Amino acid sequence: MSRWINPLLAILLLASVAVSLLAGTVWLHPGEVTGALLHPAPDLPGLIVREIRLPRVLLAVLIGGILGLSGAVLQGLLRNPLAEPGLLGVSVGASLGAVIAIYYGFSASFTLASPLFGLGGAFLAAGLAFLLARNGGTLALILAGSAIASTVAAATNLALNLAPNPYAAYEIMNWLMGSIAERSWDHVRLAAPFILGGGALLLFIGRALDVLALGDTQAESLGIAVGRVRWIALIGIAMGVGAATAVAGAIGFVGLVAPHLVRPLVGHQPSKVLVPATLTGAIIVVLADIATRVIRFGGPPINLGVFMSLIGAPFFLWLVLHVRSRTA
Amino acid sequence: MSALQIDGLSIARGGRTVLSDVTVRFGAGRLTAVIGPNGAGKSSLLEAAAGLLAPTSGTIRLGDDPLPSLGRRELARRRAYLPQRAGVEWPIGVARVVALGLAPSLPAFGDLPAAMRDAVERTLAECDLLALRDRPATELSGGELARVMLARAIVGDPELLIVDEPTAGLDPRHALDAVRRLRTRADAGRTVIMAIHEVDLALRFADDVVAIRDGKLLAFGPTDEVMTAPTLATLYDVRTHIRHDEHGAAVRFLD
Repeated sequence: MSRWINPLLAILLLASVAVSLLAGTVWLHPGEVTGALLHPAPDLPGLIVREIRLPRVLLAVLIGGILGLSGAVLQGLLRNPLAEPGLLGVSVGASLGAVIAIYYGFSASFTLASPLFGLGGAFLAAGLAFLLARNGGTLALILAGSAIASTVAAATNLALNLAPNPYAAYEIMNWLMGSIAERSWDHVRLAAPFILGGGALLLFIGRALDVLALGDTQAESLGIAVGRVRWIALIGIAMGVGAATAVAGAIGFVGLVAPHLVRPLVGHQPSKVLVPATLTGAIIVVLADIATRVIRFGGPPINLGVFMSLIGAPFFLWLVLHVRSRTA
Repeated sequence: MSALQIDGLSIARGGRTVLSDVTVRFGAGRLTAVIGPNGAGKSSLLEAAAGLLAPTSGTIRLGDDPLPSLGRRELARRRAYLPQRAGVEWPIGVARVVALGLAPSLPAFGDLPAAMRDAVERTLAECDLLALRDRPATELSGGELARVMLARAIVGDPELLIVDEPTAGLDPRHALDAVRRLRTRADAGRTVIMAIHEVDLALRFADDVVAIRDGKLLAFGPTDEVMTAPTLATLYDVRTHIRHDEHGAAVRFLD
């Protein structure tokens, strides 16, 4: 099974990407889509595919992938099945950055202001976690991360509380709910280098994560520089998840769920979870994005982050019960 | 094979001196037991000997090489260290856990090279783990887990093996088995160090004994010279009698 899982997931991902190009308010034929991709022409299907759906699905793949990968890395690093990228304060940091851009009106005058501010916020939060947990171990990192996360979340709420006009409050709310609707190639170009770079860093520490299954002391005795691995993970996650949150807002649960779906299939070995968790995260976000376009209740579309939480929270509940039954 | 020579070792942890001026030599091909009451500094001595805890002063040499001169990975290839209650946090299969012991020799990516797979097989057989090879390591009994962790430690055939309390939590049969396996390593010419509370096992299997009390070396030498009633009485602060009968010697604490 474990030999086939990566090719299988890759095929699934390609299939969902293909469906994503077809589905939406305007349904397209496969012929129209291939035509739009192969022979660029300024007709309606061509514009929909090239300017709207292609950047959107690419963002979904990048964001889902980095969230799944970060979750797998963090769960391996902390040896805790409940760890997820949000734990380190990176995603709330990115949220606050973007909210500040909206709050002060930067985003109204310049589209990429919120993602750029978001990136800044992510790095600031990660840097703070760095400083606070500098001399401590894994536990210090979790504690520092959650302290930063709560503080930053409070600051975000403060911005909502003091929002200068209802429109800004609405925009902030909407952004916090997470979405990849109306994203352009500019967003892809902004996020992709950080997500790919962060992802490469994270894939690089797979072997160390395996050894860390033996605990910090044994890993250290086997030649793993545990402190350095922790920092590489934090930098990779700050870059990747920071950029993802900066362009799409908060999308929870993918990082928590994706590693769990594949872990039993690869014999629980942390390094072997990384690639399948990346692919699974990407598939989940692409499918969820399709769902938000197709499932309409008359009003505005459901935001991707909201949809993910609706599916993710029950899964989380199941996970808690499952873990408890296994450890009891 | 190389001995581990420790000279004038002092260690401070969190501002408190836990070891002061310890000089001992762990001989190649010898099993050395480190004994002493709780909190005497046994674990600190072992961690320092493994190169995992930097000494405040003093030197530690493995063969002719000072420990700090060895790179992280080279040191990891030449010595193995098992902390107290060593375990595995994910339900990974036993064979894969044992293979983790080869991590210092592995490239960053890719599967286990064929030669190393043979080493894993050999070690599984040697530690009677062939029947358990695919069992998740989190589902093993204490005795089985102890064997798996030892297999993990010796799969790379390190010249120096350091084990902190190999018998903690094991029943008499598994405790005997664990110490016997360390004895076998020493007989194969490796340097083996164990911290142990079961003085009878130390008395029976160790070649040398290091007795530590309050961070100071109380006695060091061949087992029958160190394991005397007066020394043990001073070490543990308990009246001690060593009884010899047809089954050998046994320590009795009288208080």
